[in-house]
Amino acid sequence: MNTVDFQLRGLTLTALPSGALWDATHRALCVSDLHLCKSDRIARRQGLMLPPYESRETLDKLAADIEATHPQMVICLGDSFDDLAAAEALDDDCRQTLTQLQAGRRWIWIEGNHDPGPVELGGTHLAELQLGPLTYRHIAENAPSGEVSGHYHPKFALPGAGAARPCFLYDDRRLILPAYGAYTGGLRAQTPVLRDLFAPQCFAILTGRKALLTRLP
Amino acid sequence: MLLIAPTGGGKTLSGFLPSLIELADAPADGLHTLYVSPLKALAADIKRNLRTPVEEMDLPIRIEDRTGDTSYTQKRRQRADPPHILLTTPESLALLTSYEDAPRMFSGLQRVIVDEIHALQESKRGDQLMLALSRLDAISPGLRRVGLSATVEDPDAIAKTLARHPDPCPILYADPGPDPDIQMLVTQELPPWSGGGAAYSIPAVLEQVKKHKTTLIFHNTRAQAEIYFHNLWLANDEGLPIGIHHGSLAREQRDKVEAAMVRGELKAIVCTGTLDLGIDWGDVDLVIQIGAPKNVKRLVQRIGRANHRYNAPSRALLVPANRFEIVECVAALEAVKERALDGEPKGAGPRDVLCQHILIRACAGPFVDTELFDEVRTVGAYADLSRAAFDDCLEFCATGGYALRAYDRWQRLMLRDGLWHLRDPRAAQRIRMNIGTIQDTDTLKVRLKGNFKPLGEVEEAFAATLSPGDTFLIGGEIVRYENLKEMTVQVTRRADKQPKIATFLGTKFATTTQLFDRILAMFQQPDWPQLPGHTADWLALQRKVSKMPERDRILVETFPHDSRSHSVFYSFAGRNAQQTLGMLLTQRMEDLGLNPIGFVATDYATMVWGLDEITDPAPLFDASSLRDGFENWLSGNAVMKKTFRASATIAGLIERNLPQARKSGRQATFSSDILYDTLTKYDPDHLMLRITREEALRGLVDFGRIEEMIARTEGRIDHVTLKRVSPLAAPICLEPGRVPIKGEGRERLAEEAAAKLLDTAGLADNGKDKRRWGGPMLFYG
Repeated sequence: MNTVDFQLRGLTLTALPSGALWDATHRALCVSDLHLCKSDRIARRQGLMLPPYESRETLDKLAADIEATHPQMVICLGDSFDDLAAAEALDDDCRQTLTQLQAGRRWIWIEGNHDPGPVELGGTHLAELQLGPLTYRHIAENAPSGEVSGHYHPKFALPGAGAARPCFLYDDRRLILPAYGAYTGGLRAQTPVLRDLFAPQCFAILTGRKALLTRLP
Repeated sequence: MLLIAPTGGGKTLSGFLPSLIELADAPADGLHTLYVSPLKALAADIKRNLRTPVEEMDLPIRIEDRTGDTSYTQKRRQRADPPHILLTTPESLALLTSYEDAPRMFSGLQRVIVDEIHALQESKRGDQLMLALSRLDAISPGLRRVGLSATVEDPDAIAKTLARHPDPCPILYADPGPDPDIQMLVTQELPPWSGGGAAYSIPAVLEQVKKHKTTLIFHNTRAQAEIYFHNLWLANDEGLPIGIHHGSLAREQRDKVEAAMVRGELKAIVCTGTLDLGIDWGDVDLVIQIGAPKNVKRLVQRIGRANHRYNAPSRALLVPANRFEIVECVAALEAVKERALDGEPKGAGPRDVLCQHILIRACAGPFVDTELFDEVRTVGAYADLSRAAFDDCLEFCATGGYALRAYDRWQRLMLRDGLWHLRDPRAAQRIRMNIGTIQDTDTLKVRLKGNFKPLGEVEEAFAATLSPGDTFLIGGEIVRYENLKEMTVQVTRRADKQPKIATFLGTKFATTTQLFDRILAMFQQPDWPQLPGHTADWLALQRKVSKMPERDRILVETFPHDSRSHSVFYSFAGRNAQQTLGMLLTQRMEDLGLNPIGFVATDYATMVWGLDEITDPAPLFDASSLRDGFENWLSGNAVMKKTFRASATIAGLIERNLPQARKSGRQATFSSDILYDTLTKYDPDHLMLRITREEALRGLVDFGRIEEMIARTEGRIDHVTLKRVSPLAAPICLEPGRVPIKGEGRERLAEEAAAKLLDTAGLADNGKDKRRWGGPMLFYG
């Protein structure tokens, strides 16, 4: 597999090229910012009718990662739905996929700013989750110690090597996951609001064909 | 009726005469005549020129203009109480037709004058205008249309576009006037081998400016105009009054220059296409064209700026920026002498524009589909539109037209009692904000820090490359990039002599086929007496160290440059076809393991660079694999994504302008490329993809010209391996618009770049750091 292993608080984690995080010790797969049903929310709020296939695309990608890792637990790290009303718009086909993916494993929805309440789609709803030395929550907090979060949709462009790609960012205290959903943009990793969350010594793992480890300037 | 007259013939005022007579004879309230021109500046200019005689004759005729620059209150008043004569642009007219009170405003309309129709006809703006006219015709039947055009090669095509289908359209020809006097500027300095700045010509050009009353100095791009203006000022020891005028300058700045020009205060104006059309101000007695004119029609237009006395020849000087352009200039001069105007044929009416028209129609109120269909078919370009094709567009506007019917609750248009109307009337505001077909790259305003007034605009892509401290040119002055605040580029003034970053992007024009044939024929001459000595020497050197390109062969040059292997393919197929060829060649190279990294296309050649050298180019040109590759490639390539973005914006699938200013939190927005990829995967027959393909094939990818080139050359390939850049290739190395290839080569580069950054941290591969605080380990399984 074209993955990158790294350590946070003594725990070995694996960054998958898709943007998912794999914790082999706890057999947990974590994905952040799925933004399912984003097109429905855009139609409702802006009157634009974008191709309504992003939930299908995102769930297919997630199904492939689950197939490859066989997790005992799946953690959706917030903003899984573009808003709570959008969760109701998930079509039957996608609901069925989701039910199949949930079968035989723990499924945890962490609350995000887009989806602050529970959805009627199985699984457990939590504000945070503690797993070994790591705390999973949607938005990074001050002074963390072993925190895994999402929310910022980090991306990074390697100098001289083309467009920015969604990326994992980590230092010795925290990890921020890239957005996993199909219709998600990114925030450049050097943007102060994001960069300042990390120590000067900070690493990025780019997603794409292969996960690619590099250091943030 | 279509009137064809050379520039400077007074055709615009003649177009108004019937209106003035009718309004003088039988004064009546309300809108009588609508004048549409491609440029805002032109509308303002005509207002000045028309008001003078009307006021002198004391006629009770109100004349006003209405463009994107008109104030909100003025616009409101114009709708409530329209003037007799309204001067406007296609976009502003489309917006007017979108209001519910449009029928009241236009019910008494008698005449429409379309100025510079030859310029509108080349673009989707013309299609949008004609659709709007079909609407006006339905509101005010019997409306008379008058088209005014400069000299064109195919007047019948324009007449067909202008007239209500299938009505006839008489054409009037004015005397074309004496031949223009055009020459190439002779300079002491030699033009450089490459580059587009033409800085060498500054002393000679200043001499010419002194000798003439008013000189227009035309450039092909805004960036070139800025740099040239800057250099001109540095050399302008006598302080001659010289101004600059182009489309990305702030309106106040343009106004100032225009006013100064009308008052005759300027000796020269450095400008671009914004001054290209029939604006008639002041005593212009010389036109200087910097850089080769990419098509002859444009050259003739520009020359028409000079000397608006109808019976005297216009005077113009061509200033080629480099040696290749000298060849182009000489070819263009020959074409002008032979009055051989060029142009590309126009296809059927584009459907993305039709989709926008349907939405605009819905904004104006409920409509019956059959009536709208009949109306659209009165537009020449849409005369052959089938009902099924129309229904596809209507369905797209109403539901998105997806195979997965996800939007039953949020449809944009609903059918009720046989009438189509907006589901949510508030949507009208958003649709109105996005009217138009001009696909400018996204631009950002540039502002002095702490100052509200904008200096102008730069492309977003250019702004993205700036770091704090970088200096660049705008409005003829050097500014320092400070930061990006709320989508505005903040700068401070600098007294530097040279900007650090000289250029921002700009419009590119494609050279026309006719000009190529002349250039290729010229290349085959044994010597070049009609070219200046240095240029003849340059071509002779090319012949000596490499080969001259020939019409029925493909020349390939391979040489190292910038530590990468470069290959140049000279096939003279035009920028779009060369661009497509670049895509196909690099895909073939990828298959053959040659690790291409990028390419750039010019009108006459494609240059590819990569990690490995091409030793045998013949297999790259295998016709059947190129053709197979084309289908496969077409769906995934960057040109298609760019085309998709343009068409999807016009058709109203995505929005360019949002009600509130764009938010700076960029993680909320995502690229239209993602939409393209998703549609291609899940809904490959969707209307937008069909339109994209059609649009791309219409011009941007131009596979037809590649087929033609393959047939013409029949595998006759000359491959020359060189130690360094050849004379003919030198200009291409400086060409902007490089396209990166996302393949194995770039993946290798990415890995190298990632590793380099790690190296600087001293953490590439050791385990010590890992033990200390959990540093990285690398696995490529």
